[in-house]
Amino acid sequence: MKYIDEYRDGKLALKYAESISDAVSRQWNIMEVCGGQTNCIVKYGLDEILPSEITLIHGPGCPVCVTPVEIIDQAITIALLPDVILCSFGDMLRVPGSSGDLLSAKAEGGDVRMVYSPLDAVSIAEKNPHREVVFFAVGFETTAPVTAAAVRRAEVAGLRNFSILVAHVRVPPAITGILSSGSNIHGFLAAGHVCAVAGYMEYEPVSQEFKVPIVVTGFEPVDILQGILMVVRQLESGAFRVENQYSRVVNRQRGGAWELLDSVYEVVDRKWRGLGVIPRGGFDLRSEYKKYDASVRFKVSSLAVEEETGCRSGDVLRGLIRPKECEKFAVECTPEHPLGAPMVSSEGACAAYFRYRRR
Amino acid sequence: MSVVCPSFISRYPVVTMAHGGGGRLMNQLLDEMIHVAFRTTEDSERHDGAVLETAQERIAFTTDSYVITPLFFPGGDIGELSIYGTVNDLAMCGAMPRWISLGFILEEGLPMLDLQRVVDSIARAAERCGVQVVTGDTKVVERGKADGLYINTSGIGVLRNNTPFIGPASIKEGDAVILSGDVGRHGMAVMSVREGLSFSTTVESDLAPLSGPVDSLIGHGLPVHCMRDLTRGGLASSLNEIASAAGLGINLCESKIPVQEEVLGACEVLGFDPLYVANEGRMVLILPREAGEEAVSLMRSFKMCENAALIGSVVPSGIAPVTVKTSVGTSRVLDMISGDQLPRIC
Repeated sequence: MKYIDEYRDGKLALKYAESISDAVSRQWNIMEVCGGQTNCIVKYGLDEILPSEITLIHGPGCPVCVTPVEIIDQAITIALLPDVILCSFGDMLRVPGSSGDLLSAKAEGGDVRMVYSPLDAVSIAEKNPHREVVFFAVGFETTAPVTAAAVRRAEVAGLRNFSILVAHVRVPPAITGILSSGSNIHGFLAAGHVCAVAGYMEYEPVSQEFKVPIVVTGFEPVDILQGILMVVRQLESGAFRVENQYSRVVNRQRGGAWELLDSVYEVVDRKWRGLGVIPRGGFDLRSEYKKYDASVRFKVSSLAVEEETGCRSGDVLRGLIRPKECEKFAVECTPEHPLGAPMVSSEGACAAYFRYRRR
Repeated sequence: MSVVCPSFISRYPVVTMAHGGGGRLMNQLLDEMIHVAFRTTEDSERHDGAVLETAQERIAFTTDSYVITPLFFPGGDIGELSIYGTVNDLAMCGAMPRWISLGFILEEGLPMLDLQRVVDSIARAAERCGVQVVTGDTKVVERGKADGLYINTSGIGVLRNNTPFIGPASIKEGDAVILSGDVGRHGMAVMSVREGLSFSTTVESDLAPLSGPVDSLIGHGLPVHCMRDLTRGGLASSLNEIASAAGLGINLCESKIPVQEEVLGACEVLGFDPLYVANEGRMVLILPREAGEEAVSLMRSFKMCENAALIGSVVPSGIAPVTVKTSVGTSRVLDMISGDQLPRIC
């Protein structure tokens, strides 16, 4: 497949691993921010072909994983209301709230539907004028333009029975958050797809302030190894700037979808599960679109809960421990009975370790 | 191939509760649609069961229920599926499928034309595999209590007298693992048309009967150790089942596993792994390494197995029942799927 096969080429990957070995002279900790990258690293065993000087630390880039438990509870509460259809992406259905998940809400009689696009939820609202249709809007800068498009389409169609429960998060502030909490990370692989929408200008001040190299990187084995090589070369020469490995997709400037996102959403402080409130860490509906806010419409915004599962996903998401270092990993916490979201999502680090490395 | 009297459908455009009520209307449905399609003989018509004769000592017996949505999907429909699914289960035991029972659960309001399409498709599929539908049952449930229609089929097949035991217990270290074709088509084809989940793709289901290739393998005297058709859970789950049951390991070479480009593309978009996606016309075959090449070429002479390939081997049990050699030369676990694959968010 064009643009995929060449980036999965085993020989080329090994060549990059060799170049990294040649370039490295001391220990470096590098965080790959995106869960898709983590998944690729674990699936292909890329960490095993890297020199021992390089430690890869898995980052928080899994939107399902960082959605706060109270928002999941809100979604479940809404789903169980009569005459409501709650639409969600598939990943979100099995993420545990404080008691139960959306799939159990479905089993209890809630009308929970899996969709691939928020626009499908708008169509469902058009077909069911006497029922409230709510879309659970989870995701990074990559997904927010599509949910923004759904809101705009509902507006054009004059739909009054459509709303969204917003849990959108932004990646760059999370990196700032990790760096300001005193981390031992020397360089970052930034998530390529997020930058396709948001550009990478926003990383430039972060790189300068904390003196860390940040390389915008893709998701295939060759992408990731090339990204690591670029970080290592900067580290070895004492440089710290933003570079772009994923130039086949990403530019410095924001992409066209940003405009759409920006017309519907504004940047707000947002709580990340496991990481706490991150300043400017998310999006919320602008005041003119507040009428589409499901948490207001169904008066669930005051729901608040404390998590007490012993799940250490916060430590995993901040790169403090590896999934296997959590004492619940593969014992009490499995994909069938997840204690935390990283064990559920296909982008989650715990799920990747469970799937590819368990025994 | 509509064999039913058109006036029947024009009189009853949808299935009603009375079509399962045991009275005159139900008999009309049987007479004018079901018996016509399956050319039921005078003897077996209206009897409580079928009496079958076989000269062989050993028979294989299996059952399966079919609850797929939508009823019609790219590359097939629930009718064909209900025949090929059961035929394939019998074939995996090394048996030639002979007789099938057919149980319908119909939802009130089902368009009679849809039922007709399904019945015709069952008749065609049965003819293709050389199996006879010899007994059946029809029930109707109220609207909202079923997804259009459900089918249960049970099947009986006969084994040749000299067929050795075929199953995980027979596999041995060093055996070759052969896959009959590219994986992941059925799951992606069904997903592409499911309500609310439509995305544009040209993937068609791999739905096909495997009794022909299996008969050829056994007929040529190949020492088959184990066969398994790949259904839900995909290649990964079937191999895990076999390796765990045998107490051995299976090691695959990732680059040898055929996957259609369209399937790969759709999986990329959704965050699926094709090795876990459902198939309905694919099998794995495990037999001694020295018979591997002959088995692959025999299989390739059948259209539905034209991409058959040797994908791995049986090894001593290791870190996990199934491991995969990746393109960069590392090894990873190929785990059994825990539930359904769920599409990702980014």
